[in-house]
Amino acid sequence: MNGALLRFRAGDWGAYAILPVMALATLPAMSFSTWLTLTVAGIAMGMMLFLMAAGLTLIFGLMQVFTFAHGAFITLGAYLAVSVVAVMAGWSAAESWWLNLAVLAAALLVALVASGAAGYVFERVIIRRVYGAHLRQILITVGGLIIAEQLVVALWGANPLPLPKPASLRGSIILGGAAIEKYRILAASLGLLAYAGLHLLLNRTRVGLLVRAGVENLEMVEALGYRIRRLFIGVFVIGTALAGIGGVMWAFYQELVTRSIGGDMTILIFIILIIGGLGSIGGCVTAAVLVGLVTNYVGFLAPKLALGSTIVLMMAILLWRPRGLFPVGAR
Amino acid sequence: MRPLDGLLSGDRPGGLVLSLLLLAVLLGLAFAPFLFPGTRPLGVAARICIFIVLAASYDVMLGYTGIASFAHTMFFGMGAYGVAIALSKLWAGWDAVLLGTAAGVALAALVAILIGLLSLRVRAIFFSMITLAVASFALILATELRDLTGGEDGLTFSVPRLLTPEFRLAAEPVLGARLDGRLVTYYLIFVLSLALFLLMLRVVNSPFGRVLQAIRENEFRAEALGYRTVAYRTLAGALSAAMAALAGAMMALLLRYNGPAATLSFDLMVDILLMVVIGGMGTLYGPVLGAVVLVMAEYYLQPAMAAVSGGLKGWPVLPALFDPDRWLLWLGVLFVLIVYFFPAGIVGKLREGRR
Repeated sequence: MNGALLRFRAGDWGAYAILPVMALATLPAMSFSTWLTLTVAGIAMGMMLFLMAAGLTLIFGLMQVFTFAHGAFITLGAYLAVSVVAVMAGWSAAESWWLNLAVLAAALLVALVASGAAGYVFERVIIRRVYGAHLRQILITVGGLIIAEQLVVALWGANPLPLPKPASLRGSIILGGAAIEKYRILAASLGLLAYAGLHLLLNRTRVGLLVRAGVENLEMVEALGYRIRRLFIGVFVIGTALAGIGGVMWAFYQELVTRSIGGDMTILIFIILIIGGLGSIGGCVTAAVLVGLVTNYVGFLAPKLALGSTIVLMMAILLWRPRGLFPVGAR
Repeated sequence: MRPLDGLLSGDRPGGLVLSLLLLAVLLGLAFAPFLFPGTRPLGVAARICIFIVLAASYDVMLGYTGIASFAHTMFFGMGAYGVAIALSKLWAGWDAVLLGTAAGVALAALVAILIGLLSLRVRAIFFSMITLAVASFALILATELRDLTGGEDGLTFSVPRLLTPEFRLAAEPVLGARLDGRLVTYYLIFVLSLALFLLMLRVVNSPFGRVLQAIRENEFRAEALGYRTVAYRTLAGALSAAMAALAGAMMALLLRYNGPAATLSFDLMVDILLMVVIGGMGTLYGPVLGAVVLVMAEYYLQPAMAAVSGGLKGWPVLPALFDPDRWLLWLGVLFVLIVYFFPAGIVGKLREGRR
């Protein structure tokens, strides 16, 4: 196994080049300012997708556990954001950066804690019993997804709920003749922060070392006396907490929360995992931005094709690299 | 019992309770128009027939070959759209029905083969994710290609005269049932479903079916024995897709309408999964019971839950949990419990005592 969890494989130029090539190839088709707007929008969307997908790729990489219920934690985050904004409505409407950011921070914090806790319960109650049995994992997590979606509807109702952005996060700034939404910059920064945090955690700490070793060779790490399952609980909780945060950011971005918000994202997240290579954080961030860019470019050039474009992209990349752009280990 | 064994391909249900249950289902469906007169029960019975075929064909993939696909509704929809498009764009004749069905089945088998060759070589999980993506792509296509599929609204069409409610076999009702086109439609669906079910029973109990089960149990060993597992899996996928498309064609004839929500939605996929797992994976009798349980629950569990919910009025969250629209919540809980404690479903539980 030559697995690099975070680092890109040296000399893999084809996979490196895909982002800049994709970004520059569309430039002739539109004006520069449009291109800049779309590119920033694509990167922002990609970083939000990364937040939601990062946990899943680690969960899979470490324990070969596959969960279809990841979307439930996104939905949970989104609905918690609605509740937090309802409680702090005054601060959210105020024309003050600090109060507005406090609302967003509170929503993120609530989602982080609640999704993490829900993830812990989910791991203990549902996932723990089906280690190693892939088909049962798929079935049981689909069951978990059904229950979670229905519970969300029972608690928050079946109707879509509006979720206006805090006042100062609306609108855009003008940069190089292009209008760039403030919220997108914020979302991209947060995603980058999460990526940097994961990078440091995995590459500069002892726990991270164990996680990376576990991805490469689980049995060996266990044979050396480390309780990899306990470590996996931590990874699962972090993964679901990130999904919750991603749900909050995506909900504010859409300004509308429906019960299928997590389910809709699940398909995109799977596409990202397949494109990036299962278990690779570096692949995950690349694929997430790629999907974000393609969605935005195609959405501008041929709106009718936008929804299907990512699926076509996935098919093309699978034909080129059957195991994704940055496959980890021998998987 | 010799002729019966021939009909069931030597795969007897096993267990007295299970045999009696299945016999009750068969007799109930065979005489449904006379036992439960009325339009609504007849619709429910026809739905049960169609879902038995659909769930059984899914079981060929999930239970017998051990592959979790999420594109089964896509194949179901292809058959339904085949009939719908043929009847609405051509004419309301039997040849159009046959043409549409054939086109739908051929398309479904072709797409299943393509998906299989592209993604069955890699891990099972990859396959599950790819089928989910392809199925959502199909849903998008059906909604976007408005000229062909009618978009969100779907297609309403007329069926051959023999199947319309206006058609009368006899003026007077026989044994409380009116002999009209609805009855003809029902028996067409019933006979076709029974034939398709027996055909699938034949397939899974053939040498081909044994190889599928060998692949499920140990793919590596099956490959080592000289079976080309990718070819077998792809073929199983194509067969399962073709059966689903036939079920879809019957659904279109029953509803005289087809749209994305009726035959392509992800909720439907969840229903199929519930049917197969609750009934029992890896035995075709499981989906029969699963389909009966789920379709009945869909129609008759909700009034029961409304009563419970009304009784709990005044409690904090409880009435919301028992709201009639939350029936899927309780089936989801049942689903998880069954995957944990009775992986072989109802049928497995009923067969257990015998061994």
